[in-house]
Amino acid sequence: MSSFDLSEILGNPEYVSMLLLGIEMTFIVAVGSWVLAMTLALLLLGLRYAPGPVGNAFVTAYVSYHRNVPTLVQLMLWYFGIFTLMPDGLTFWLNDHNAEAIFAVIGLGLCQAAYFSEDLRSGMRAVSPGQMEAARALGHGYVSAMRYVMLPQGVRNALPALINHSVSLFKNSSLAVAIGVAELTYAVKEIENLSFRTFESYLLVTVLYLVFSLMIMAGGAYIAWKADPVRSGRA
Amino acid sequence: MISDIIAIIRDYWLLLLIGQYPNGPIGGLAATLMLSVLAIAFAFPVSIAFALARLSKSPFLNWPVTALVYFTRGVPLLMLILWGYFLVPLVTGANVPSFLTMLVTLVVYQGAFLSEVVRGGIVALGHGQMEAARALGHSYLGAMRFVILPQALYNVIPSIISVFVATIKDTTLGYVINVPDLTFAASQINNQLLTQPFQVFFILAAVYYVICWSLSQVAVLTERRITRKRAGTAPLPTAKSLKLAALTDQPS
Repeated sequence: MSSFDLSEILGNPEYVSMLLLGIEMTFIVAVGSWVLAMTLALLLLGLRYAPGPVGNAFVTAYVSYHRNVPTLVQLMLWYFGIFTLMPDGLTFWLNDHNAEAIFAVIGLGLCQAAYFSEDLRSGMRAVSPGQMEAARALGHGYVSAMRYVMLPQGVRNALPALINHSVSLFKNSSLAVAIGVAELTYAVKEIENLSFRTFESYLLVTVLYLVFSLMIMAGGAYIAWKADPVRSGRA
Repeated sequence: MISDIIAIIRDYWLLLLIGQYPNGPIGGLAATLMLSVLAIAFAFPVSIAFALARLSKSPFLNWPVTALVYFTRGVPLLMLILWGYFLVPLVTGANVPSFLTMLVTLVVYQGAFLSEVVRGGIVALGHGQMEAARALGHSYLGAMRFVILPQALYNVIPSIISVFVATIKDTTLGYVINVPDLTFAASQINNQLLTQPFQVFFILAAVYYVICWSLSQVAVLTERRITRKRAGTAPLPTAKSLKLAALTDQPS
């Protein structure tokens, strides 16, 4: 084998298109599960604040399960386990629509929702209760006080943790390879098998992951900076 | 369904516990726990070295470690494992068992994450401690060793336990390079049974849950204890009380 040569991968249109498809699938899985996770996290947060002990107990159990079972095992349970228990019609439909990717989105999204909802909860807890009282005293209803006073501050407090967990969600999308999703990690294995350029293919994909992660971190930091009324000069 | 689960546990408990041990490498839950304990044991000194390097003013110590921490945080663990899978044999020139590859990768990965925890603990202490220790004649390293680290590490014990839980969960990724751990044992059982994948992976999830949940509870309890101690509501052992305890605990 000759020395280091990236052009053999980047100059080959077949490998480049595999790489691009991998990037596309990684982003489909990551963005899909992020949206699912954030939606669920807000629902879980609502359940936490719902009156009565049932909602709180449910969310505690949900968070406890998803935090204490490895993500890979959760993906396997979904794809190898729960998938087989589903009715035939649904199984056929899922198989026609890239079942691996759908279960990767479900598995990662459900798991990350637990982390997001805890981030949001601790962000909300850091808002002093006086804020709610003041908003109510000014004539806001409960929902309107939540919407205009509590949530903006709570979400702002939670931003650093949310950004961290968004990066780890992006990184965890690589686990989808274990249930056969053709994402970036899958692409690098394919390219490596075909080109025998082990070092170069792994280097390329590692750099891609690193760049995307750093971009998410930087984007998050920018949003956090924008959201801070003091530093962005709005207060 | 429950009877299926009980039947699987009855038939395969040994495989789940120690893998194929007498006839092969030690595996199953034993391998998972060994891997986690060894990884955290090696990652701990590494993390202290990393944290000190990142706090040092020398760019030769600071920059490479900062770059390494950012790199580790930005790349999926799975990628690092696959790197180790072909780099460790290349460096050592030998056929390296996947267990060792996984161990090395976990030490680097968790070492980087743990170093942030340790650094946080040191920064949270405040400058006064270091200044006081230096004023009393300690060298920088002496002050670290005898004044700063004992306090900082004590304060971050709950976070260290959380990293330990994360390590246990991360060992599952060894599945990709065939580390014979608990996940591997479960997928072996699944391959033999073929008809009960849900039951097999349910057992797997349940076992991980029990282990990780118990450890996170330890973290919660220690956190409470440390908070109480810092608030001064937990009785601290004094020289007098220790002496009294020693006197009253005499075997009769």
